[in-house]
Amino acid sequence: MKKIVLVSTLAAFGVLQMAAAADITGVINFKGAAPTENEITPIKDDPSCAALYPGQLPKTRFYVVSANGELADVIVSLKGISGKSTGASAAPATLDQKGALYTPQIVAVQTGQKLVVKNSDPFVHNVHTTPTANPESNQVQMSGGADLTYTFDKPEMFLKFKCDVHPWMFAWVSVFDHPYFAVSGADGKFTIKNVPPGKYTLEAAHRKLGTQTAEIEVKDDGAVQGFTFEKK
Amino acid sequence: MNNKYQPALFWFAVLNAIATFLLIGLGGLVTSHEAGMSVPDWPTTYGYNMFVFPLDKWVGGIFYEHSHRLLASAVGLLTTILAVWLWLKDARKWIQWLGITAFLLVIVQGILGGLRVRWMLDWLGIPHGAVAQTFLVLTCAIALFVSRWWVNSANQNHDSVPRGLRSHVLFVTILIFVQLLIAATMRHQHAGLAINDFPLAHGKLWPATTPEAIADYNAHRPVGTIGNPITAFQVTLQMVHRLVAYAIFLGIVAAAMLARKKLGDGDALAKFAWFWFGLLTLQIGLGAWTVWSNKAADITTLHVMVGASALLVGALWWLMASRRASLAESMK
Repeated sequence: MKKIVLVSTLAAFGVLQMAAAADITGVINFKGAAPTENEITPIKDDPSCAALYPGQLPKTRFYVVSANGELADVIVSLKGISGKSTGASAAPATLDQKGALYTPQIVAVQTGQKLVVKNSDPFVHNVHTTPTANPESNQVQMSGGADLTYTFDKPEMFLKFKCDVHPWMFAWVSVFDHPYFAVSGADGKFTIKNVPPGKYTLEAAHRKLGTQTAEIEVKDDGAVQGFTFEKK
Repeated sequence: MNNKYQPALFWFAVLNAIATFLLIGLGGLVTSHEAGMSVPDWPTTYGYNMFVFPLDKWVGGIFYEHSHRLLASAVGLLTTILAVWLWLKDARKWIQWLGITAFLLVIVQGILGGLRVRWMLDWLGIPHGAVAQTFLVLTCAIALFVSRWWVNSANQNHDSVPRGLRSHVLFVTILIFVQLLIAATMRHQHAGLAINDFPLAHGKLWPATTPEAIADYNAHRPVGTIGNPITAFQVTLQMVHRLVAYAIFLGIVAAAMLARKKLGDGDALAKFAWFWFGLLTLQIGLGAWTVWSNKAADITTLHVMVGASALLVGALWWLMASRRASLAESMK
């Protein structure tokens, strides 16, 4: 009987804890006219890549701004938290090489979380990471070949993935030592899930536009915080 | 074994020297196209034996890096044959050992290139570039030493070349080698152009290198720039490169004028010195064009090759002048 009471109490406590964790949501906006993106003209110099784009060439994706002024590819995270990674049990993130471009271009993972890199192109790539805090690697990836899997042990912002065969190809992977982060989507929206109640510093980082912070308090019903970036 | 002019040996040595010069150009293209790491494995190529890597996979940066490795293998083979040929057929012990030196140096060069890729050490590209230039001078020097001019000159009268002029040319040649080291260091920063205007530098005679200035330079890089952010060190290095270029140019002008004065207009070495001057004028023009074209790969690579040529001309000039001086001394 005592055991049942104890287990039930612990279970209830656990449920209460989960119920107390809430989401941080928000929208990232861009102020002003969206900066002009440029055609990736070097694609034309490579016949096998040019064949994938018989019409218009793709453009750079430095500032992904929607028609309504919402900004994608902003890494939003809780600042000052470490040692809370659940990466080992997290679902793998995915990075694909398609159309001689990395997709998505901005990714965020936890330390220890798997990042699976695919080659969906009809030609070879080399997958070359040039981190500042984690070890560098450079691997062959044949067309339709086996996926490559990466894990990173140390937190790092905008760790660069590149292809030296196709020097216009880049992706940036941010690595966190905790699960409290999100990448804003095409509609500028982000959701950081299951954040325990408390006061935090929320950071929004864009690779080209810099970093902003806001002090927030997460209550039982979560917190809402937006950011507005502009190009100076 | 003999000490006579052997035309087949000479022309083979010339072939090796030309192949080496082209290899430097191809290596230049690899760096100019940022393709040095496009083939992650070595000595295989994407898992294939490099000599049977399928043509349809020579795409993008792989084309430059793989071609570079193949030509390097060919130069290795030519150098090996040359070393054996010299050992067996040239009576001069010092030429025989020069052949062995070339053989060992080309092996070292191959290993340096391979380790740069395998160990992902960008900085190894710098000694790889330096050894390339040294090897080029060595292969051309060997061709000179087995040439008819050199072999047959022992029996001919020669006008001496003043020691001061020879020393001056040697000094300028060494300065060119230092310049090539500076250039190799610049290229292997993989940061694009640290200064994107010429003859001014970020609009000034000497650019600011404060953190604010560097941040501003990075924020206003030309559209399409691929590479790491530039640093104060790189800006300073580029300025040193420009200053040394001017010093070399003045040094060569002095050498050409001295040669004309001391040797006479008709002297072959005087003409060679003016050719050297022409080469440096071209080189400075290519340097400016490299900046104005935002480091276009073909222009930049031409700049590399003309730089190598300038080093070579200085070295050969000094060797020929020393030969003449030595023979003139022995005729007294």
